[in-house]
Amino acid sequence: MPISALTGTRLRERRVALGQRQADLAETVGISASYLNLIEHNRRRIAEPLLARLAEALGQPPQSFHEGVGGTVLDDLRAAAARLPGAEIDRSEDFAARFPGWAATVIGLHQRVAGLERALEAMNDRMSHDPHLSASLHEVLSAVASVRSTAVILADTEDIEPEWQARFLGNLQDDSKRLALGAEALVRYLDTAGQEQEQGLASPQEELEAWLAANDWKAGEVRGLASGAARQMAAAWQAQAARDLAAYPAAGFAQALAELGPDPAELATRFGGDVLAAFRRIALQPGMQAGLVVCDASGTLTFRKPISGFALPRFGAACPLWPLFAALARPMTPIETVIETAGPQPLRFRVRAFCQPRFPQGFRGPELREAAMLILPELGRGGEALAIGSTCRICQRAACPARREPSILSA
Amino acid sequence: MRQVLLIEDEANIAEALRFILSRDGWAVSVVSDGARALADVVRIRPDLVILDSMLPGMSGLEILLALRADPANAALPILMLTAKGQLRDREAAERAGVTAFMSKPFDNSEIRAKVRELLGA
Repeated sequence: MPISALTGTRLRERRVALGQRQADLAETVGISASYLNLIEHNRRRIAEPLLARLAEALGQPPQSFHEGVGGTVLDDLRAAAARLPGAEIDRSEDFAARFPGWAATVIGLHQRVAGLERALEAMNDRMSHDPHLSASLHEVLSAVASVRSTAVILADTEDIEPEWQARFLGNLQDDSKRLALGAEALVRYLDTAGQEQEQGLASPQEELEAWLAANDWKAGEVRGLASGAARQMAAAWQAQAARDLAAYPAAGFAQALAELGPDPAELATRFGGDVLAAFRRIALQPGMQAGLVVCDASGTLTFRKPISGFALPRFGAACPLWPLFAALARPMTPIETVIETAGPQPLRFRVRAFCQPRFPQGFRGPELREAAMLILPELGRGGEALAIGSTCRICQRAACPARREPSILSA
Repeated sequence: MRQVLLIEDEANIAEALRFILSRDGWAVSVVSDGARALADVVRIRPDLVILDSMLPGMSGLEILLALRADPANAALPILMLTAKGQLRDREAAERAGVTAFMSKPFDNSEIRAKVRELLGA
């Protein structure tokens, strides 16, 4: 194996880490301290036998001192450095060897910045017309500017004081998280805006959900809805809500919910009611922190009540790993699991899913299936959790086996 | 020592800029909101103002207009940091008398060179 140009640097770092004096190590391996000094500063090539003695004295295998940095890493680092005139490209190997984790971070950020810059360039025209978008982009650009400036400081400033170095590393970490969150929010916004452009007005279902959210998920005056389709859906919703209330009367339901907790199956048993109606009553109970999604047999989401931290796709198909879809395939079987969202700050939720078939036209009609998933906050962090996302397009789990299409957020 | 007043509400950007410009020998003061920035210009009498275009409260453009409204600041170099593509903002800032622009994300060496140029160093 060829001896790397940085073997001396690694020997020195190991010796310093062990707290050994240069003179003591030199004496142990039978060379002068001045010769060891030259070796440690990469100014003398070191023969294999001497390296073996030094490695033994330092308690590590010889190969650990002369493994070079991979070519791909160096190429990527050089590409990152090429964006910034003045970066010391010839010292890329030194940087990668001494800070392999941070080198990977710089490469990752460089790739992320390149992707975002391409997206931002494409959005220039829209940015000047849309104040919301302008503010979102400013947030992302500020994080990018900070990451870029800070990374260059760390890479270029050889004599940076340890406290400044620690501070900038902390800033880099904060900004990379902020960048990821900002990018996700931006993509979600653009995703929505793009669809609205294509479809004109939002769908009647969206209109209905927005109307319910504005009314704190209670049925209100349907004349407030713009489209006839949404008013018709709202009327159906009100009729269903009235039936749910009759099956699960307000006073008794609140008491049962306090006793049994948000378990739709147990509540349905207590009241002798429909299980899916219990899902709705729990999710829409005033003050209840719970999300709800409902789908039909095609997997199309027919109702969405969001919960903070769990992104529900407005357009396109949801993550196929949601327990909602597992329930759809196993009618009348309660499914409960803890899920964990994707992203830099993953959150956990306890979800309960159930599918109920219906036969509105009797034996000769088709079977209709409807599944619901109740999403409840999960405070504990321990134990296994099912890794899920919102929808492939904005999900950051690159290696997900259920992925349908590449994510816009992947580097 | 030449004084640079940096008006920037993003703490990490301000920290990075203060670090690199201080190492170039400039005395850098940082302020994060417009009202205090105007008071600091009077108090510090900077040789250069670096002004972010998007700030809470007063925008960068409003600060620029307020600064240029005072004849004492007529010759004060003002370098504005803008997001790429903010063409309308740039045009408005040019009409208001901005001296130069720098796009975010900026290059450390470019902003250092621009500061040297604006300070005549």
